[in-house]
Amino acid sequence: MYPTKYHKAASIDDAVAALNAGEDAKLLAGGQTLIAAMKQHLAAPSDLIDVRAIDGMSGVSADGDTLVIGAATTHAEVAGNADVQRLCPALAALAGGIGDPAVRYAGTIGGSIANNDPSADYPAGLLALGATIVTNTREIAADDFFEGLFTTALEDGEIITSVRVNAPKRAAYIKFRQPASLFALVGVFVADGAGGVRVAVTGAGEDGVFRHAGLEEALSADWASSAADSVSVDSDGLLSDIHGSAAYRANLIKVLTKRAVEAS
Amino acid sequence: MKDGIGAPVKRKEDKRFTTGKGKYTDDIRNDNQAYAAFVRSPYAHARVKGIDTSAALAMEGVIDVLNGQQLTGDGIGNIICGWAITSKDGSPMNMGAWSALATEKVRYVGDAVAVVIAESQALARIAAEAVEVDYEELPVAANITAAMADGAPQIHDNAPGNQIYDWELGDEAATDAGLAEAAHVTTLNITNNRLSPNPMEPRSAVATYDDAEDHYTLYTTSQNPHVARLVLSAFYNVAPEHKLRVIAPDVGGGFGAKIYIYPEEITCLWASMKTNRSIKWTSDRSEAFLTDAHGRDHITTAKMGFDKDGKITGFKIDTLANIGAYMSLFSSSVPTYLYAPLMSGQYNIQNIHCNVRTYYTNTVPVDAYRGAGRPEATYLVERMMETAAREMGMDPAELRRRNFVQEFPHQTPVLMQYDSGDFPKILQMAQDAADIAGFEARKAEAAKRGKLRGLGYSTFIEACGLAPSKAAGSLGAGVGLWESAEVRVNPVGSIEILTGSHSHGQGHETTFAQIVADRFGLPVENVSIVHGDTDKVQFGMGTYGSRSGPVGMSAVVKAMDKVEAKVKKIAAHTLEASEDDIVIEGGEVKVSGTDKSMAWHEVGLAAYVAHNLPDDMEPGLKETAFFDPVNFSFPSGAFICEVEVDPDTGQTEIVNFTSADDFGTIINPMIVEGQVHGGVTQGIGQAMLEQVVYDEDGQLLNGSYMDYAMPRAADVPSYSISHHEDSPSPNNPLGVKGCGEAGAIGAPPAVINAITDAIGTNDLAMPATPQAVWNAIQAAK
Ligand SMILES: Cc1cc2nc3c(=O)[nH]c(=O)nc-3n(C[C@H](O)[C@H](O)[C@H](O)COP(=O)(O)OP(=O)(O)OC[C@H]3O[C@@H](n4cnc5c(N)ncnc54)[C@H](O)[C@@H]3O)c2cc1C
Repeated sequence: MYPTKYHKAASIDDAVAALNAGEDAKLLAGGQTLIAAMKQHLAAPSDLIDVRAIDGMSGVSADGDTLVIGAATTHAEVAGNADVQRLCPALAALAGGIGDPAVRYAGTIGGSIANNDPSADYPAGLLALGATIVTNTREIAADDFFEGLFTTALEDGEIITSVRVNAPKRAAYIKFRQPASLFALVGVFVADGAGGVRVAVTGAGEDGVFRHAGLEEALSADWASSAADSVSVDSDGLLSDIHGSAAYRANLIKVLTKRAVEAS
Repeated sequence: MKDGIGAPVKRKEDKRFTTGKGKYTDDIRNDNQAYAAFVRSPYAHARVKGIDTSAALAMEGVIDVLNGQQLTGDGIGNIICGWAITSKDGSPMNMGAWSALATEKVRYVGDAVAVVIAESQALARIAAEAVEVDYEELPVAANITAAMADGAPQIHDNAPGNQIYDWELGDEAATDAGLAEAAHVTTLNITNNRLSPNPMEPRSAVATYDDAEDHYTLYTTSQNPHVARLVLSAFYNVAPEHKLRVIAPDVGGGFGAKIYIYPEEITCLWASMKTNRSIKWTSDRSEAFLTDAHGRDHITTAKMGFDKDGKITGFKIDTLANIGAYMSLFSSSVPTYLYAPLMSGQYNIQNIHCNVRTYYTNTVPVDAYRGAGRPEATYLVERMMETAAREMGMDPAELRRRNFVQEFPHQTPVLMQYDSGDFPKILQMAQDAADIAGFEARKAEAAKRGKLRGLGYSTFIEACGLAPSKAAGSLGAGVGLWESAEVRVNPVGSIEILTGSHSHGQGHETTFAQIVADRFGLPVENVSIVHGDTDKVQFGMGTYGSRSGPVGMSAVVKAMDKVEAKVKKIAAHTLEASEDDIVIEGGEVKVSGTDKSMAWHEVGLAAYVAHNLPDDMEPGLKETAFFDPVNFSFPSGAFICEVEVDPDTGQTEIVNFTSADDFGTIINPMIVEGQVHGGVTQGIGQAMLEQVVYDEDGQLLNGSYMDYAMPRAADVPSYSISHHEDSPSPNNPLGVKGCGEAGAIGAPPAVINAITDAIGTNDLAMPATPQAVWNAIQAAK
């Protein structure tokens, strides 16, 4: 690892100041992505600004049907939180299925979505649930937040503070694991909520997480696994790599959508 | 006897391993410790035109940057392959030069061109990135097909067309005739997927030069420290043997990858002398994927003929094997003498011919990996049997039974003389345990759940206990493959066993103690095992090829014979009895039929105080023996795998895996089961998960656990295991056959035979990932 300077930010202002002061400063949450990249010399930030001790950055609160999840809340906390389990059990299950216990007790929702790995789980969940990403400067709809592979709408120096989710009527997430990393080779989150039926797919898109219009239309008409049968899932625009061709991923999108509807 | 042969004694070494007290190479810290990091080629094939070290040298804390010109200039020799293979036209193999640090060319991604020595490991790695190498890229041949192609880039000048040898075994004309008269011929085109061994502990070396004594000490992650010293001394000119001590302390797994002497150990020794510092290098996982020798990587076409009763009339094999960019220590022997002699399987086959051509490619060297040649042979033979049975409409178990060797000794047409076994009985044991009769009902039940259920066999044999030295020598081996042992009985009666075998997870500290405890009626606690240090153990050939039991333990038994003879003489003298009447039992040395006896420790004391020994007897109680096997040992077994496939996703679950095996005498059934669990799991890894992938440019595409899938607990079932112990090896004193590799050898065909049974097509290559299985199902539609 290249030498770096560690800062423990006490407030958002503190973090912003440190970000601006550093030559190539980066925010640090659970370190499950960033530290690993640094060890491999794939990242070499001059400064690390740890956001986890900032007041209000961690923990879950519920207001009626709305969940507010602090950006530095760990996957394990989300998975085990009673309000999440009550209002959106599919999201609790998603968080509980990320990585392994060591990852879940350190990795955070903010770090995961800021990173926007094309195979990560949260992007599918937040996109399907029509979540709102709250930062220190504004609110961003999930539809606008996830822009492409490892890219988001976040500006330089912008800090995610929380994520807001409205409880859906019904929802489920099913992922088919890539055999080595156990990340999603394909993951499908189906949700039927205030914003209608939404089907978000992770692991498969060349541009990262996406919604599938054909499946959404079919499930809007009939929330049944058989409704997906007549939908054709095009392999254009899907990833193809050593773990799965675009055609195989297209097949999985359909199979997993059906299974998710059955599980919802 | 409580702790003797056959007792499931808990492993003595596990307390230190499970409480973090193990002492591994990377745990060694010397006062003058410095750290090495290697500058590695990012290209698979390139000319090295210049190396600019100025930026690295300017960094504070960088001690030196050394290159290949300096290394060869100091007389460090090229890395060699220790087994000479002769082509069928009589010409010797074409071994290209391999310098520990590349001089003119780099030949694979990861090839080392320079080494940075610095005050910390982190700094050494940062400085290594600051070394600027001027490369001229050359065309790349990253696989066998590319290396064989017309106009392929020439990787080593002395290997035209990149071919290393074109070798054969068996009678081609007789085999062709056997195939010509067959009523049915089955043809298979098969690849054996390339694997990365992945021991849990990565390779590491700590080399220390003592200028006052002109002496070197090397701590290293080796399966065979004496062979390392021999080669470092005799071929790489690091130092004469008496000036070089090699210690392999606790080693966290090897699987073959830690047999070889790699560029890094050589470079660290030399750099220690150059800088007068102790040099430590520890591989990280990425470096391990790039530089540890890989395994397998064959492409084979084979034909097997059968008469109208299903008896095999001939078996003809044509194999292409990938050796990688350089010839590693045993690389030449793996696709030849560790492969073709296994082509007879458990079967009585009169005519076999095997042709093997090996090629250089721009990939990391390929060498022995758990099973080494025998998994490749077994995969071919056992897929052949299952496929042929399906084509002929026969029960695959029945086809095997009709062809089993039933009488011993049995001479195959491919060198081996099988000495013992009971193949029909072992197959029956496996069938009973697997409830073959109930399979159809289980299949029907699975179908109701939308799952395809399938069943596959593998009845395998392997040759272990490498190897009779004379025979190995006549086939090209550069060393003898005996083993040595020393049994030291201390004055208080406790015993130390010095063995040339090396334990890197096998449990020698327990099993070797058990055979001593058994022999002399002592508790295992009174016996300790010393291994892995060339200053303590005089010589040894190390551990690989399941040889510690058949060869290493046999040497201990021979030394114990000598100890026993002396103990009896001392007791007879002291107790005034005839030597012939002395028996050793339960820690007592007795005169049989009387109440006269000495405690074991009293004999030890008598030997060392030497107050009252027979006149012509030397004091002390310590004996040495070398054991050279007269034959290989032949472990065998029957595996039955049962799977369920989800046709929508191709996901396969192994629902049952049954192993019935013949390992001869079993010293510790708990440890043997552990070996079967580990071996079968590795075999399942090869069958369903693992494959090293290089792209056309020779870039490694899956050099981390994010992309290279190793089997996890959730990927394997709870195994059903039973042992047949009624056919002990007649060729070693304990009757042991070896159990370290059987699982990895026998499992892959059982798994693939089961999956192809489930999905109804034979066209499926390893690894049978969900995508591969789904593709096979689509293609067969
Ligand atoms: C072995 C392993 C398995 C895994 N398996 C899975 C899996 O199955 N599914 C899955 O989805 N993920 C998986 N992950 C990734 C894991 O979920 C990570 O936790 C997540 O990607 C990053 O979260 P983090 O808190 O560790 O962020 P860090 O690594 O600390 O940071 C990641 C990035 O986010 C930025 N960042 C962090 N916090 C903020 C913030 N508040 N505002 C703005 N930017 C911020 C950082 O600057 C950095 O660029 C796995 C990781 C590992 C190591």
